[in-house]
Amino acid sequence: MLGIFTKLADWSIDKLGLSLDTNLGKSIHFFIEDTTKIFILIYMLIFIISLFRAQLSPEKIKIYLSGKSRWYGYFLAVFLGVITPFCSCSSIPLFLGLIAARIPFGIAIAFLVSSPLISEIAAIMLFSMGTKGMFIASIYILTGVIISVTAGWLADKFTLERYLVYKPNIVEIENTKTDKRSEKIKVLIKYAHTFALDTLKSIAIYVVIGLMIGAFMHGYIPQEMFIKYLGRDNPFAVLMAAIVGIPLYASHAGVVPIIQVLLEKGVPIGTSLVALMSITAISLPEMIMLKKVFSVKLLLIFIVFLLLAFIVTGYLLNFI
Amino acid sequence: MKEIRVLGTGCAKCKQLYAKIKQQAGELNIEANIIKDEDIASIMSFNVTNIPAIVLDGKVVSSGKLLSDKEINEILTKS
Repeated sequence: MLGIFTKLADWSIDKLGLSLDTNLGKSIHFFIEDTTKIFILIYMLIFIISLFRAQLSPEKIKIYLSGKSRWYGYFLAVFLGVITPFCSCSSIPLFLGLIAARIPFGIAIAFLVSSPLISEIAAIMLFSMGTKGMFIASIYILTGVIISVTAGWLADKFTLERYLVYKPNIVEIENTKTDKRSEKIKVLIKYAHTFALDTLKSIAIYVVIGLMIGAFMHGYIPQEMFIKYLGRDNPFAVLMAAIVGIPLYASHAGVVPIIQVLLEKGVPIGTSLVALMSITAISLPEMIMLKKVFSVKLLLIFIVFLLLAFIVTGYLLNFI
Repeated sequence: MKEIRVLGTGCAKCKQLYAKIKQQAGELNIEANIIKDEDIASIMSFNVTNIPAIVLDGKVVSSGKLLSDKEINEILTKS
């Protein structure tokens, strides 16, 4: 299925009069294949997701969750986290909305953790990476789900809700107005298209920058450097990747191409994924925003939990 | 004078939406009090969970998307 992008790149190289035997030809081939593939896959994915997202509201989630088990709730919350915006600045209002709708705290926390941690865009970019892509994308999603569900479960177990500083007003469930069905579908499709296109536009620059840095690292930084500092023999590599990445923030779209190069250069999967998760999951601006909602204690618990979870994940994955 | 409040916590789309509304109001010569509201408690008080959102004279008219120029125009010219 993905072969069509290779063919497109082959065709372009041919039309441009370049040869795959030259470095320039190879770079341009890589660039054309990867950008077209990534952009088209992301568009399709966001389009489909937007169809769901448009109907999302805390009230609906509440109705859906009522009578179901708590564990079901955690997993549903994680799923919601995956399909909602990857920027944590937009997941905090929805997190508070869930609490306002009296959805259990742990379920809201599972959502808050998974929303920036597991990005559908990162997953599809990892997936498109070639033969090992499927495996790496699965590991990425699976570890993200485990971390988020654990966070939710722990939050309930230790009733961390008491450390919430901001208490949203409890919202009554409202009936949303219903339009004519055909009208609704038309609006929905337009929304999905606009949303997908907007998302593409906003991440395009990061993908291109990421691919360029990736290409540079690929060509100019010797493999021994990666192995020496980030390889299996450096026991502190995972620790470093996790700690350094916490305050940093970069878009998933920009980080994945760099992670791709790390993996190709022989950096173990644990270290690479920890870097990806730590850079994208939590950042300084998000911490400042959460500070308004969480008490200092809860914020510290939140950060330390993520840090520990990343470190454990990293070492486990490297060990396997 | 109408009051237009753009709710957003500082995401890229929120900033873009605010800038677009300000610019169009200027072009259309519409006198409006355009406010960028980044306070989470204030955002929640409008019962908005998808940002960016637009509140026109205390009523939420759009949420969760960056509007097109045409849609902003409609909101601005609505009396």
